[in-house]
Amino acid sequence: MTPRFNPGQRVRVLDKVTVGHVRTPRYIRGKRGVVERICGEFRKPEELAYGRYDGEREPLYRVRFAQREVWPDYAGAPEDTLDVEIYEHWLEKSEDKR
Amino acid sequence: MSLEHAGYDRDAELLERAFRELLVEKGVVSDAAVDERVEFMYRRTPALGARVVARAWFDPGFKARLLDDGSAASGELGIDIRGLKLVVVENTPLLHNLIVCTLCSCYPRMLLGLPPDWYKSVEYRSRAVREPRAVLAEFGLHLAAGVTVRVHDSTADMRYLVLPMRPKGTDALSEAECAALVTRDAMIGVALVGSPKDVL
Repeated sequence: MTPRFNPGQRVRVLDKVTVGHVRTPRYIRGKRGVVERICGEFRKPEELAYGRYDGEREPLYRVRFAQREVWPDYAGAPEDTLDVEIYEHWLEKSEDKR
Repeated sequence: MSLEHAGYDRDAELLERAFRELLVEKGVVSDAAVDERVEFMYRRTPALGARVVARAWFDPGFKARLLDDGSAASGELGIDIRGLKLVVVENTPLLHNLIVCTLCSCYPRMLLGLPPDWYKSVEYRSRAVREPRAVLAEFGLHLAAGVTVRVHDSTADMRYLVLPMRPKGTDALSEAECAALVTRDAMIGVALVGSPKDVL
């Protein structure tokens, strides 16, 4: 699969409510960040957790978020960041320049 | 540790034993294969990660390869990392890295062995992303003004190792002597590597 996003691109994590096993933490859903790197292609945890080992592989990204974007009342320095691994099907383009 | 944690361990141990005995009885795995795997994991200790760190301090070419592809570079040292996808993040005078897994306890076991109990605690997992500077202060690490904190949440397939800064006073030391200074906590990011005089 050709990655939909490139390093440096702004993305938003989908704010979905899910049931079952996912590897996208609740606290990061709906937050905007920047692709830091593409980690390679991996199978979806949503499928692996239920015994489907032959699903399609998809790109996994490391996305960098400003801590103040994640926690509006963050007490540390404004430059502090948080990197989280997010699978492609959890990301969308973000035009927001924040 | 909390009672909740102690209870969890007891139940998990019973479950593990029942499951393992069933697998052996049905011929899915052998006792020998289980023993081999347990032995393999017990040989994983932070000394492996420390070797990687010390090599990076001594060999700039290795360090560049390590930051580019942590798995391939660790393999160069002959360390059996069995499929580990490693990302190495470098501390500098202006940047401090901290590793956490908020979802469970993902950890570079191939290079550090089993994670400490606190790494798996709900408190560390929830607070490290929310208030990393407060957490670091509780570990006794007070960062200088102007140092940026970068937290890494290992939520998926990658595992993380912090490349700490080489401490002062180590110019005369050998690579192996430097490796002996590198602690597990420094490679998670909750401590710095101390100078030799601090360690003695």
